[in-house]
Amino acid sequence: MPKIALRVNSQPVSHDVEGRLLLVDFIREVLGLTGTHVGCDTSQCGACVVHVNGQPVKSCTMLAVQADGADITTIEGVSPEDGLNPLQQAFHEKHGLQCGFCTPGMVMTAMALIQDNPDPSDADIRHGLEGNLCRCTGYQNIVEAVRAGAKVMRG
Amino acid sequence: MRDFEYQKPKTVTEARDAFNAQSDGSFLAGGQTLIPVMKQGLAMPSGVIDLSVIEDLQGITVTDGSLSIGAMTTHAEVAASPEVQKAIPALAGLAGGIGDPQVRNRGTLGGSLANNDPAADYPAAVLALSAAVLTDKRRIPADGFFTGMFETALDEGELITGVEFRVADRAAYAKFPNPASRYAMAGVFVARVDGAVRVAVTGAGPGVFRVAEMEAALDKDFQASALKGITVPEDDLLADIHASAGYRAHLIVVMAGRAVDAANGKGGAA
Repeated sequence: MPKIALRVNSQPVSHDVEGRLLLVDFIREVLGLTGTHVGCDTSQCGACVVHVNGQPVKSCTMLAVQADGADITTIEGVSPEDGLNPLQQAFHEKHGLQCGFCTPGMVMTAMALIQDNPDPSDADIRHGLEGNLCRCTGYQNIVEAVRAGAKVMRG
Repeated sequence: MRDFEYQKPKTVTEARDAFNAQSDGSFLAGGQTLIPVMKQGLAMPSGVIDLSVIEDLQGITVTDGSLSIGAMTTHAEVAASPEVQKAIPALAGLAGGIGDPQVRNRGTLGGSLANNDPAADYPAAVLALSAAVLTDKRRIPADGFFTGMFETALDEGELITGVEFRVADRAAYAKFPNPASRYAMAGVFVARVDGAVRVAVTGAGPGVFRVAEMEAALDKDFQASALKGITVPEDDLLADIHASAGYRAHLIVVMAGRAVDAANGKGGAA
């Protein structure tokens, strides 16, 4: 069985994994980090988005062995010990979620978007979130939340 | 997913040896098609050969009228590359419109071409820009590479190492994406390369194809108005719940016009 060594939320992790183990299952089942969700399991919905070396990817469409040597950040890694980060706070204030299932993926994708583009237009936000589906909100408040979170983050 | 032997070779030669040692090996590029297909049990390779650390499959270089891109270059890297944006901006734009941001961070040029999905974007660019697909064995001109739905001229175990695009003096890509999947329902890449116009259509048929009548008209007059009156027969086009063959036939002409306008710096295209 291949052995992988990587960093998850800045912590070194090493583990023997089957080749077929998906990265999302490694994160949830092996590491117990269940903030990353499995929605469609067919690379469409984006509930499973994590950062691999700083870039958002769908962790249901990547093998754990492909993450050997990588730096992984999950939703747990961008949240303070208690409370919310500015983008999460903006989702709360702007009512950018209803059931909340898609929210971890939305936040991870939007964090990367804001890193690349600290002052995104509504069109940039909608284009940037094309790989994340929400079946509750109709997206309007998600776009507002990302815009508001970006404003706080750029100070 | 059925388990498999996983290997991560460092060179093209090692990759070929690893493939040949398997009863049913599969190369893994970005995995954005292979992994979903393996999850569904539609592919059950005995061995998966991960190409991600082979240096010879990386890199973007511009030389004397050509732009070469390594097979393992991701769509996001092509979209963001200053070299690609300068040499063939339409190609950078096409890469930036594939799928969604997460798919673009993993999916690769070589993987897309080897898979040859009938609705993939890259085949249109490769065909219209008169590119050559470079493999570990030979150089395959675009006109002979795409042989049918999910079929290519690649032999068993033959590995794409890169693509050499001709730098066009005019080029643009316009696509009508399926609003859910972002795959092209009709995507048209128009390019004037070495003085000749090439028009390649993806998403509408069982594989990418050229439209000779449009090319002849645009050779005479490189304006969208030159396409007036040209129709594409719907007989061989795809029909599904998203669009009928007739609708796709109509879209091809509309997208071709938008691509020509964009190539001439008029209006906006994808």
